[in-house]
Amino acid sequence: MRTGLLPAVTVLLALAMPAAAETIYVSNEKGNSVSVVDGQSLNVTKTIPVGKRPRGILLSPDGKWLYVCVSDDHTIKVVDVAKQQVVRTLASGPDPEQFVISPDGSLIYAANEDDNTVTIVDVAKGTALGKVKVGVEPEGMAISPDGKTVVVTSETTSMVHFIDATGRNIVGNVLVDNRPRAAIFTADGKQVWATAEIGASVSVIDAAARKVIKRITFDIPGVRRDQIQPVGVRVSRDGKLAFVALGPANRVAVIDAHSFEVKSYLLVGQRVWQLAFNADETRLYTTNGVSNDISVIDVPALKVVKSVTVGQAPWGVAVGP
Amino acid sequence: MIAAYLHCLRGIIVREGLRFVHQRERFVSALVRPLVWLFIFAAGFRAVLGVSVMPPYDTYVLYEVYIVPGLVAMIQLFNGMQSSLSIVYDREMGSMKTLLISPLPRWYLLVCKLLAGVTVSVLQAYVFLAVAWFWGVQPPLLGYLAVLPALILSGLMLGALGLLLSSFIKQLENFAGVMNFVIFPMFFASSALYPLWRVRESSPLLADICAVNPFTQAVELIRFALYGQFDLVACLGLAGYLVLFLACAIIGYDPARGLMERRGAPG
Repeated sequence: MRTGLLPAVTVLLALAMPAAAETIYVSNEKGNSVSVVDGQSLNVTKTIPVGKRPRGILLSPDGKWLYVCVSDDHTIKVVDVAKQQVVRTLASGPDPEQFVISPDGSLIYAANEDDNTVTIVDVAKGTALGKVKVGVEPEGMAISPDGKTVVVTSETTSMVHFIDATGRNIVGNVLVDNRPRAAIFTADGKQVWATAEIGASVSVIDAAARKVIKRITFDIPGVRRDQIQPVGVRVSRDGKLAFVALGPANRVAVIDAHSFEVKSYLLVGQRVWQLAFNADETRLYTTNGVSNDISVIDVPALKVVKSVTVGQAPWGVAVGP
Repeated sequence: MIAAYLHCLRGIIVREGLRFVHQRERFVSALVRPLVWLFIFAAGFRAVLGVSVMPPYDTYVLYEVYIVPGLVAMIQLFNGMQSSLSIVYDREMGSMKTLLISPLPRWYLLVCKLLAGVTVSVLQAYVFLAVAWFWGVQPPLLGYLAVLPALILSGLMLGALGLLLSSFIKQLENFAGVMNFVIFPMFFASSALYPLWRVRESSPLLADICAVNPFTQAVELIRFALYGQFDLVACLGLAGYLVLFLACAIIGYDPARGLMERRGAPG
């Protein structure tokens, strides 16, 4: 009934929004699956069953393997990207939620929410190499670009712990606002950005001095204060822009990463949770847990271009070739 | 003969244009009305009325983005009523007689009057869209081009409705009734302020009424066109209502059969 106005219009619209040759992987926390979305058509091409409560999701540095924390099965599943099916299981310690991969792809550091530890996993062997005791309910994880420092946030302790990757011990703690949920290193390794869900703020930490240098807060006209719950965070490689998912506020905050000023709020789906850039950082994908979809943000234009329905309660997102 | 027709068309459009230019208040008020809705009403309701992903939108939109097509149609609705008001005024003042003694057929005069009104309403709609652009409602640029035929069609339909109503109204004072019985019900029982699926949640009957409302067809055709898409159902609906209203208006103004003469025009 509703058809395209003119083929010419379609062509022009297609030119206005360059299609990306990439694949998006979304972990569906309640759907117990990973949705595979084609970046060009933005259609779900496959749904891979992975196990109970998949959350943290990352691609190996070579893009061949997809790792998914399957929290209620207490493992990390390895998906062969070419075959699009689960091929291996890694020991991760109990209830893994988020994790990071060392730059060479050989190690995984996984936060064990129920066990107050970070488990170090040998990816090749699939076994745990050791554990680091951290604060209560560890969740957000980040790794410095050189792989020497691992950062974990503990939700109940409200701390960002700095772990020396070689010595496997905590070398510093930074107190941040209530319930820190996610963290990320800037590309130059000089700063750590950590979000606080209940504190409704983002702490920018000097990674060398291990001190909070800026606390960013949010104020959205027409949105109640308690709905602003920052979770996922990403900083662009050029260090110019930062994006923060604001949970039930259904917005992604765009922050000038130099001045720390919030530039705008982009409306996405309900309870926006995690974020991921594509390879050239022209697009940012968000998972929207309550509306069961992902939103696609055109980064140069700072506009939300589309929302695509995936599985039940999408949690994390990873983008590969 | 064609020259006479063109001369007549030109005369009516120029007269309507002059009226438009000379009455700056009219232009400002035509613009203020939707802007009040956009700046105040939409701001107040942006948190309350969430809008889900639905065609023609590809993603979530703020409430002010949702209501812009409805407000564009509102401009045209008021414009249609305004021109019907001016016909009643012309009739009361006697300047209508000058027009009606023209040798050209009555239906042609009415269509000219209609075209003149549509020209003005399309101009008003574009000025409003320009203001909305600065308010952050920014459809794709192509949408501004695609919306032109939609605006013309919806303007014709709402103008024809105005003509039809003016054939019923004997005196200027009765115009308040038009507000109560036509403008308000048409505007509120439509998809202008809230999507139909939301209306259906509370009352399926009301949603059905909204769905057949001519004003809903206008709003949806404009909404889809603004985002580079074509809503066939709304287009056919609009065209149908246009033919119906225009035919009735022409009959209404026909001195042999019309209601106007039978009731006795004042003055």
